[in-house]
Amino acid sequence: MIEVQNIKKIYKTGDIEFEALCGVSFAIKDGEFVAIMGPSGSGKSTLMHILGALDNPTSGTYFLDGKDVSTLSDDELADIRKDKIGFVFQSFNLLPRTTVLRNVMLPLIYEGVEPQEREERAKKALLLAGLDEGHFLNLSNQLSGGQIQRVAIARALVNNPSLILADEPTGNLDSKTSEIVLGTFQRLNKELGRTILLITHEKDIAEHADRILFIKDGLLEEGAPHVKKIAKHHT
Amino acid sequence: MKNTDLLNETYSALSANKARSGLTMLGIVIGIASVITMTAVGQGAQNSISSSIQSMGANLLMVMPGAARSFGGPSEGRGGAQTLTISDAAAIASQISNITNVAREVSSRQQVIATGTNTNTSIMGTESQYLQVRNVAIEEGDFISDQNVTNGAKVAVLGPTTRDDLFGINATGVVGQKIRIKGMEYAVIGITVAKGGSGFGSADDIIYIPYTTAQRYLTGNKYLSEIDVQASSSDVSTQVQNDINALLLARHNISDSTNADFNVLNQASIIATASSVTGTFTTLLAAIAGISLLVGGIGIMNMMLTTVTERTREIGLRKAIGAKKKDINKQFLVEAIMLTFIGGTTGVILGWLISFGITYFGILQASVSLSSIILAFCVSAGIGIIFGYYPARRAAQLNPIDALRYE
Repeated sequence: MIEVQNIKKIYKTGDIEFEALCGVSFAIKDGEFVAIMGPSGSGKSTLMHILGALDNPTSGTYFLDGKDVSTLSDDELADIRKDKIGFVFQSFNLLPRTTVLRNVMLPLIYEGVEPQEREERAKKALLLAGLDEGHFLNLSNQLSGGQIQRVAIARALVNNPSLILADEPTGNLDSKTSEIVLGTFQRLNKELGRTILLITHEKDIAEHADRILFIKDGLLEEGAPHVKKIAKHHT
Repeated sequence: MKNTDLLNETYSALSANKARSGLTMLGIVIGIASVITMTAVGQGAQNSISSSIQSMGANLLMVMPGAARSFGGPSEGRGGAQTLTISDAAAIASQISNITNVAREVSSRQQVIATGTNTNTSIMGTESQYLQVRNVAIEEGDFISDQNVTNGAKVAVLGPTTRDDLFGINATGVVGQKIRIKGMEYAVIGITVAKGGSGFGSADDIIYIPYTTAQRYLTGNKYLSEIDVQASSSDVSTQVQNDINALLLARHNISDSTNADFNVLNQASIIATASSVTGTFTTLLAAIAGISLLVGGIGIMNMMLTTVTERTREIGLRKAIGAKKKDINKQFLVEAIMLTFIGGTTGVILGWLISFGITYFGILQASVSLSSIILAFCVSAGIGIIFGYYPARRAAQLNPIDALRYE
C-alpha cells in the first residue's frame, strides 16, 4: 500500500545543491511494522517528511493507498495528512494547558466530526493507546513523559489513519518508558493491524519492528534479517 | 472546521493569556471610548449652540442698518446708520410674503432708577409682536400692547435680571411700581420669563418699552435700530431674506446692492455657520481619538505577531494533523477580530458611560448618536481584520516542517 519509487530530494541554498535523497525505492504492505534507521544526516527525516505528506519529493513517485501523493499541492497534502496519516513526534507537540481529551480530539476538528462522536472516538483512542480514564481531563502538562507520548499516540490513532508515522518517538524518554511506548506500538500493530513506520537512529529501538530499512547518505541499504525484540512492558 | 470550534479555539487561546489579551484590548477600549465620547461632546456642543441661537426666536431674520456713511471722518461701523424707518417695517409687513410677524426695535442703553436703587441696562423700544418673534414669554402682568405703542405710553416690562437689580432678588409685587428712565417715570406692567444666558446682551437684563416712547424720549429721532422679521418656516427664510433686500433697496433708491445701507441677517445661516464650526471641531476631536484607535490597532498587530511566533510549534502540529492554510488563517484572524470586537463593545459602553457622566455632572449635554456607535463597531471590526491580516497570513504561510522544529 505504500510504494516509493526512485524518490529524490534536492535542497537548494543559493547555488549550492544538496541531495538529501538520491533515489530511494521500497514498498510497505498493509499491517506491517517497519523501522527506518539511519544516522543523523542520512536523509531519514527528509524521507519521513515525504512519507508524511509534509513535503513533495523533487522527483520520483510516492503511492499511498494507490494514490500518487508526490505531486499534490499544499492543501491536497493537508487533506492526505488529515485522512491517512497519524504523526507521533519526538517532542510530543501536545497543546499546552489543554486537557488530554481536547488534544486527542484536535484532528477531528479539522475533519468536521460532530462533538459527541469526537469525544467517543477520542476516548476509544486513548484507551487503545493505554491511558487510564482517570487522566482524560488532566492538563497535558500534568502528565509524565510516557503518558504524554501515549496521548500523542492516541491523537495519531483517532482519525483511523492508513499509516502511523513515529519520528523518534522514544527520543525524549528513558529506557523503561521507551519500552512501554514501543510495546504500545507493537500491540497496535499486532492486535489492530495498524501500519506503523518508526523512524529512529537507534538499533535497539529499530529492532522492535518487523523489518528494518537502513538509510545512509540518501540511499537505502538492504539490512540483514534480524530477530525481532518484543517489548517487555505490555500494557 | 466548524464555526463553534473556531470560537472555542479562539476563546481558549485568548483566555490562556488573559493579562496580555486584556492589555491589548485596552488599547482598543480607550480608542473606541474616546471616539464615542469626543463625537458625543462635539454633537452636544453643536446642539447647545443651535438651540441657544434658536432661543433668540425661530426662523428669525434681522434687518439692521448699515454703516453710517460720512465723507471723510471715522466710520461709525455697521448698525450705526440711521436708515431704517417705521414705514420700512410697515412695508415689509404688508409686501413680503411668507412672514408671520414683524417687530420694530429701538434700542439704547440708559441709567434706570427705582426707589433707592439704580442700574444701567439696555432699553428696548418695541411692540407686541416682539413676544412671538423673539420667543419671549411673560411671567407676570402684560407685555406692551398695540394701544401702548399708538399712545406712546410710558410703560415698561422688566427682564427678570433687571427686576432683581432694581427691586431685589425675586421681588414680588413689582408690577404697578414706578421706575425712572432718563428723568421720565414709567409704570412697570409686566415681567418676562427668564431665558438664561448672562453677561452683555443677556435677554434677561433688559427693559422693554413701546418703540414710539423710546423714539420720543430716548433717541429723539424717527429711526429704528433693527427690524425683526419672522419667516413662516425655515425653508422660506432665504426667499424672505432676498425679498426684503429687494424691497428695501427699492425703497431707499439704491441700485447697486453693494452700497446697501442695511443688512439682512438670516438666523438659518447663522446656525449653519455655527454648525460648520462645531462640525469641524467634532471632526478634529474624533480625528485625535482616531489616532489612539490606530495605536490600539497596532497593539493588536504586535500581540498577534508575538502570538504567532510563540505558537509556531502549535501551528506546525495543526498543519501536520491536516489543517489547511485557510484554517490557520481563519483561526488567527478570528482571534484578532475577537480582541477588537470585545474591546470595541467595552469601549462603546465606556464611552457611553463617560458621555453620561459629562451630562450628569452638567458639564455639557453630550449626546451619543447611534451612528457613532455603529461606526465604532465597524471600525473596531475593521481594525481587527486589517491588523490581524498580516499576522494570520504569516501563520498560515509557515512551513509545517520548519514550524514543528521551531525552538
